[in-house]
Amino acid sequence: MNEGSSREQATRVALVGNPNCGKTALFNALTGSRQKVANYPGVTVERKEGNFVTPKGRFIRILDLPGTYSLRARSPDEEITRDVVLGKIAGEEIPDIILCIADSTNLRLAVRLALEVHRTGRPMALVLNMFDIAKHRGIDIDLARLSDELKIPVVTSIAVRRGGIDGLLGLLDGQIALPPQASTPCDWTPPDRDDITALQREADRIIAASVKPPAMPHTVTARMDAVLLHPVWGILILLGVLFVMFQAVFTWSEPPMNAIKSGFDFLGAEAGRFLPAGLFRSFVCDGLIAGVGAVIVFLPQILILFFFILLLEDFGYMARAAFLMDKIMGGAGLHGRAFIPLLSSFACAIPAIMATRVIDNKRDRLATILIAPLMTCSARIPVYTLIISAFIPARQVWGGLQLQGLVMFCLYALGILSALGVSFALRRVFWRDVPSEPFLLELPDYKKPDARSVLLGLLQRAKIFLSRAGTTIAAMMMVIWFLASFPEAPKNATEPAIDYSLAASIGKAMEPVFAPIGFNWQINVALIPGMAAREVAVAAFGTVYSIEDEDNGTEVRLSQTLAHQWSLATALALLAWYVFAPQCASTLITIRKETGSSKWMFFSFGYMIALAYIAAFITYHAALALGA
Amino acid sequence: MLLGKAAIGFKGTIKAVDASSCAAHGLSPAEIERRLAEMGFTIGSTVEIRHEGFWRRDPIAVKVNDTTIALRRRVANAIHVCPLQQNEPDCHKT
Repeated sequence: MNEGSSREQATRVALVGNPNCGKTALFNALTGSRQKVANYPGVTVERKEGNFVTPKGRFIRILDLPGTYSLRARSPDEEITRDVVLGKIAGEEIPDIILCIADSTNLRLAVRLALEVHRTGRPMALVLNMFDIAKHRGIDIDLARLSDELKIPVVTSIAVRRGGIDGLLGLLDGQIALPPQASTPCDWTPPDRDDITALQREADRIIAASVKPPAMPHTVTARMDAVLLHPVWGILILLGVLFVMFQAVFTWSEPPMNAIKSGFDFLGAEAGRFLPAGLFRSFVCDGLIAGVGAVIVFLPQILILFFFILLLEDFGYMARAAFLMDKIMGGAGLHGRAFIPLLSSFACAIPAIMATRVIDNKRDRLATILIAPLMTCSARIPVYTLIISAFIPARQVWGGLQLQGLVMFCLYALGILSALGVSFALRRVFWRDVPSEPFLLELPDYKKPDARSVLLGLLQRAKIFLSRAGTTIAAMMMVIWFLASFPEAPKNATEPAIDYSLAASIGKAMEPVFAPIGFNWQINVALIPGMAAREVAVAAFGTVYSIEDEDNGTEVRLSQTLAHQWSLATALALLAWYVFAPQCASTLITIRKETGSSKWMFFSFGYMIALAYIAAFITYHAALALGA
Repeated sequence: MLLGKAAIGFKGTIKAVDASSCAAHGLSPAEIERRLAEMGFTIGSTVEIRHEGFWRRDPIAVKVNDTTIALRRRVANAIHVCPLQQNEPDCHKT
């Protein structure tokens, strides 16, 4: 029956298991890079499917289901797992074989899950993963006994070693007979506390009968945790880890970012030489190439950040970071795991929003996504430094504090405080009746990160980001370019070309709205190309005040011009605006993609615009009242 | 006694899981009990408090049989425990 099968007759296999059981490493070992990451329709749960051919030529389609402790679903992720196993999901065929994956060193909860899955009556087997580590620690597992007790086949696997999955491949090739689909339909119902307790007792009995614990208990993890979870040392080490991580995000990324930038500059210049001057050239060079380049330039930062996140996750440290940070984050209604994504936001909100995938609970993740753009990202720095150098005198106050630096610090602090405030408001005001996830987190044993899993994870993030930059974000850049360069300036134009564009018309039309916060129409015009990326606004100020780009002199001359054109109150209002304003189309599009709905994108845009307007209004009028 | 009130280093066994007086997170007591059971907090399991946080000694990391679970003391108060090797007569009664 196994003389090769075509794609149409593929055997469908689903992987079910506790979080941290090495399920994804096993999935990677089986499929290599032949995997596809998408979302289940209507929800933001990642659907990971791959395929491979067994040694005997059987074509297998395999689904890596979200990790769970029970088929009783508590989160959208776990609902997917339950519905796939029970065959209740639209457009998803019921799997032919369910593989229950267990960490061989940590069988207790896994065996209970296997017993629970067994109740569905589906053909299944138990895979004891990380079997080498269990052996190394002296855990003696009687496979035959375990299989007899559970009444399902049991195979071992070592996902991270060549040849480590031969037993599993043999099972899939039919060398071990699977019990057929039970004749009774399905005797699984959501278990209550007593059902779980009874199942756990049964699991504990089976484990006691078939597993001999080691003579010497494993203590490496406990010894490491004595330091890494120490109330004082643990936090200092976490801060050290984060320091290294962000140093890397900022410094390692610089050469490749410069290379990408000059690559796109070169591409733009070359394209400019071949195309006739005019609207089309402007479209290709300023719109298409510059627009896409402005987004792709963030790829190195994203890859470096995810390299650290994947490495720490695989090592088992992410759960510890969540433990250490739980108290601080919990006060603002956030999950401990939100800590790393929010810190990443200081580099750029886009990788931060993508990194919220480490948060399992939907509400916790949504809250983190919504506040991430309030953290001061690196694209705000050029705008802040321009305005600060133009308006804030470089003098010392309060015995030695640099006034300019103090203003910069205040802007960062304002971002952080408002992010925590918004999260608090979401939790305590808008979602007061929505139950939140209690902090219940397994701290897995530390293990050596698997290079293949880290690389495949990086590849997937890069693919997701690039496909987004190449489609939606590029389209948005086109719109912004169109607004800023159409209609064209007349031949005998005396003003800069952007003054004749749709952006200028919008800027002038917006004047009554923005006048109360002290913005003149030139600022309004510059805000539109600034939607492409915040730092583009600096170049746009240069354009509207017709400062020619002369390499280094531009910013100095621009700040002198601005100091003459704007009042101090206007400048401070603009700073306040930039702390909150949703001035980045790519971030908004990333929010739409990651939340799976435009609703949350518009919500982010709306609440940030409102905060920005209120903050700028208060700042402007307070400054005027104080005589600025 | 309650696990949430125990000090670091505490070792014992679980006597009962009852969340009726520890409503947290807007979840019903039955739901909290179920979630605790799913993470292995079932009657008869051994528990040991291995680590605690800096602020108000919260959260705690508890070794339940062989699995280590982090949780807040407020939720841990749903877990009634007996210290190991103690001769309190009313404690080991179920």
